[in-house]
Amino acid sequence: METAPLTSSLSSVAESASARRPVATQAMGVGLEARGIHAWFGQKHVLDDISLDFWSGTVTALIGPSGCGKSTFIRTLNRMHEFIPGAAMAGQVLLDGKDVYAPGTDVTKIRLKVGMVFQKPNPFPSMTISENVLAGLKLAQVKVENKDDLMQDCLERAGLWNEVKDRLDAYGGSLSGGQQQRLCIARALAVRPEVLLMDEPCSALDPGSTLKIEETISHLSSSMTIIIVTHNMQQAARVSDYTAFFLSDGGPGSMVEVGPTDQIFSRPKDKRTENYVTGRFG
Amino acid sequence: MTIIAKPQKPWASSRKQRVTSAGVILAALISTYVFVAITPLKGKLAYFAVFFLVFILYDFLYHTRIFGVQSGKDAIARGFVAMGIFVATLPIVSILVTVFNRGSGGLHWGLFTHDMTVNSVNDPINQGGLLHALTGTFTLVAIALVISLPIGLLTALYLTEIRGRFSGPIKFLVQAMSGVPSIVAGLFILAAIVYPVTKSYSGFMGALALTILMIPTIARTAEEVLLLIPNELREAGVALGGTQWRTVAMVVVPAARSGLVTAVILGIARVAGETAPIVLLTGGGDRVNPNPFKGPMGSLPFYIWKSFSVGTPESITRAWAGIFVLLVIVLVLFVCARLLTERRNN
Amino acid sequence: MRPAPPEKRELTTLPRFSDKVFRGVVTGGGLSSLVILGLIFAFLAYQGYSVLRSQGIHFITGSKWQIVQDAAGNVDYTQTKFGIAAMLIGTMLCSIIAVVIAVPISVLSALFLTFYAPPLVKRIMVAVVDLMAAFPSILFGLWGFFILMPSVEYWAKLIHKYFGFIPIFKLEAPVVTRSPFVAGVVLAVMIIPIITSISREIFSQTPLDRVQAAYALGATRWAMIRAVALPYGRSGIVGGAMLGLGRAMGETVAVYTVLNIIYQVNWHVLLGAGGNVASMILLKFGEAGPQEIKALMAAGLVLFLLTLLVNSLADFVVKRTGVKGR
Repeated sequence: METAPLTSSLSSVAESASARRPVATQAMGVGLEARGIHAWFGQKHVLDDISLDFWSGTVTALIGPSGCGKSTFIRTLNRMHEFIPGAAMAGQVLLDGKDVYAPGTDVTKIRLKVGMVFQKPNPFPSMTISENVLAGLKLAQVKVENKDDLMQDCLERAGLWNEVKDRLDAYGGSLSGGQQQRLCIARALAVRPEVLLMDEPCSALDPGSTLKIEETISHLSSSMTIIIVTHNMQQAARVSDYTAFFLSDGGPGSMVEVGPTDQIFSRPKDKRTENYVTGRFG
Repeated sequence: MTIIAKPQKPWASSRKQRVTSAGVILAALISTYVFVAITPLKGKLAYFAVFFLVFILYDFLYHTRIFGVQSGKDAIARGFVAMGIFVATLPIVSILVTVFNRGSGGLHWGLFTHDMTVNSVNDPINQGGLLHALTGTFTLVAIALVISLPIGLLTALYLTEIRGRFSGPIKFLVQAMSGVPSIVAGLFILAAIVYPVTKSYSGFMGALALTILMIPTIARTAEEVLLLIPNELREAGVALGGTQWRTVAMVVVPAARSGLVTAVILGIARVAGETAPIVLLTGGGDRVNPNPFKGPMGSLPFYIWKSFSVGTPESITRAWAGIFVLLVIVLVLFVCARLLTERRNN
Repeated sequence: MRPAPPEKRELTTLPRFSDKVFRGVVTGGGLSSLVILGLIFAFLAYQGYSVLRSQGIHFITGSKWQIVQDAAGNVDYTQTKFGIAAMLIGTMLCSIIAVVIAVPISVLSALFLTFYAPPLVKRIMVAVVDLMAAFPSILFGLWGFFILMPSVEYWAKLIHKYFGFIPIFKLEAPVVTRSPFVAGVVLAVMIIPIITSISREIFSQTPLDRVQAAYALGATRWAMIRAVALPYGRSGIVGGAMLGLGRAMGETVAVYTVLNIIYQVNWHVLLGAGGNVASMILLKFGEAGPQEIKALMAAGLVLFLLTLLVNSLADFVVKRTGVKGR
């Protein structure tokens, strides 16, 4: 097996990867499994045979050039893919061992367990900050004993509590972009998901907010499975335990390689992975 | 030491250009006077028409001379376009001025406190009032709104949230319904409900006819507003585990709040001045009638209509006063709707 | 060689009762317009049926409207005639005049608002035009009667003087008040804001790249409008004009005051004779007996179908030519 030569850009990425916390082991069990996922938009085949295991208590980053199906893939995990007219899929997504696409499954229950944070922060404009955090409970009709404690807990975990504790009655739109995104994270946490999907959560934010959110992700990962799609390789290296590289050659996207993050960035097994992480394309 | 450049607009009209334009207008004015004096044409119309034609001619010649025939044609087009907007807005000025002139004579505070039970329309105008008309219009519009708002909103929700296979036909039908003449709506309620069942005037029947006119306005405006709500909000609601109806009820509709209020305001403005169905179904009456199910009920349009029909100077002044009040109501509603829209866009 | 992709899965979810109810309620509300339009047709037809049957095609082609009663007040059905031909012709005349006057003015105004007006002027004028579209029709009726009619009579006399050789401008009797021409002008004033609004929206959606391409080739503003804006907006303007036509055909109180109802087919637009269907219904309604009411219902049915037809055509025109013309 050929070891890829280290270039200067690669070495800095690899350094930050190993400087991060120790790689979580697989001991905590599988949080989510994707088996043989295919996806179509009408006749167009956009995802080809993706199989991935996501381990509890870890952060998995999905990297790859734009248009290779990463966002489509994570939307198959919480059954948001089916909203697009003409969408179809094949394969299985196992949550706690059960296929989320099995006939007779209540899809809204799935989404309570597999939460999502979107690229563009989208707090509900008609609700205050506290109402936004608890919106998921209202929408899913989940009963909770102490709403205020839950709200404070979620805001703390999202790293926003100190900044908004005095203005919980302000409207969601009055916050800055980074704060809005953390509010959306808090909102997603309120329904106690086991898995959190994040679709390029920092791409619309400034570097300062990005850093805060990456800290949040690190704190959250101990209690749930996090899957993050990102264009930013440095971010993937900073934040994730495992990285999967997606690629499309003009046809459907497929997963080229997956492994522990520092291995992907310092000793990638596939030549295409190496070309991507060293910046030769993408 | 740096010199800061001053912002300039070299493409704006220079002084020379402005003077020349003024000169062309002046030349046209003078020629018009001379022309009208020479020929047997007379009257305001003659002046306007001749000035328009002469000005266009001079403008064309001037531009063609300096810039070429394309520019000349452009000048002619500009003249016609200016004429178009002038003719289009002249009536509104005339209407507002007329209403103000003729209506203000009939205004007095008693208008809002008295009805016409003790007076006739020919009495001096500071007696009697249109309280019954105001309360009547208010009642009719309120009833119509209570029925039209849910139906219009549901129609809009079907078109934007469910987008089922009836969407095309329903859009067409809403459009068709907005073209139903108001008198046909009145005849329909007569045929369907009044003749078979009650055979008498009532406010409620008039309100029903008004709902037929109100529903398309509310549905169309609500649909436009709901389409503007970004899809990400719906996605976020669903990703949190919300069912479709809860996402719509708790996220989408509240987000569209101000737009829906605009839809309501426009719906009210549409039916507040409708006369024909009211004449057919509600009659008029002279007293305040608090019961919409029994007996004729006054309304502003009917009051105006009846006062006009009588034909005496006093009654006609009453009619203008009634129009004045109605117009103020429409103006206020319109300004509110506009302000809401501007606030939403910011 | 990649293995062939597997079969697509059927995606299901546990059907939720609340969602089903939601869909049902919303769909029901959405279909209400169908229900209402259907009911309008049904009830008007039901009421007017006996009259339509006894009069036959003469309902639309005849122009006599008289009830013949014997001494006891019973209606003599063989002698009674209901014919709305004069009114139908009148409706068409008034509306067509209104559209012919309104469309050029509206299009020019819309061009002004989209391509000529500076931003502040545009904002104000757009608000003014939209405001006028919200005026109640009875306002136009009174204003038309008191203010516009004298001026229009003057114009009518002028037209007769200079263009009287053209058949439609002939006058059999010197009665120029309350003619289809006056009604047409009042209706034109009423529908100008509507057509202007629609045209303005269409013009404002002219693809900016085409507009700029024209300018970049050295076109003057008018040349650009001719080359880009007008072809693009053509179908929309036609649609708007037809909508205005539909509106004009159904107007009642706006023209009631300025239109004479005389049961005589009248093609001479300057002559105060003829009428229009909506105004006739309103006029006759007050003293109509049961039989006449049925006839009025039948007239309403005809008017309903007519406006429905025009509106459908408008829709069709916009959809068809819209796809091709761009």
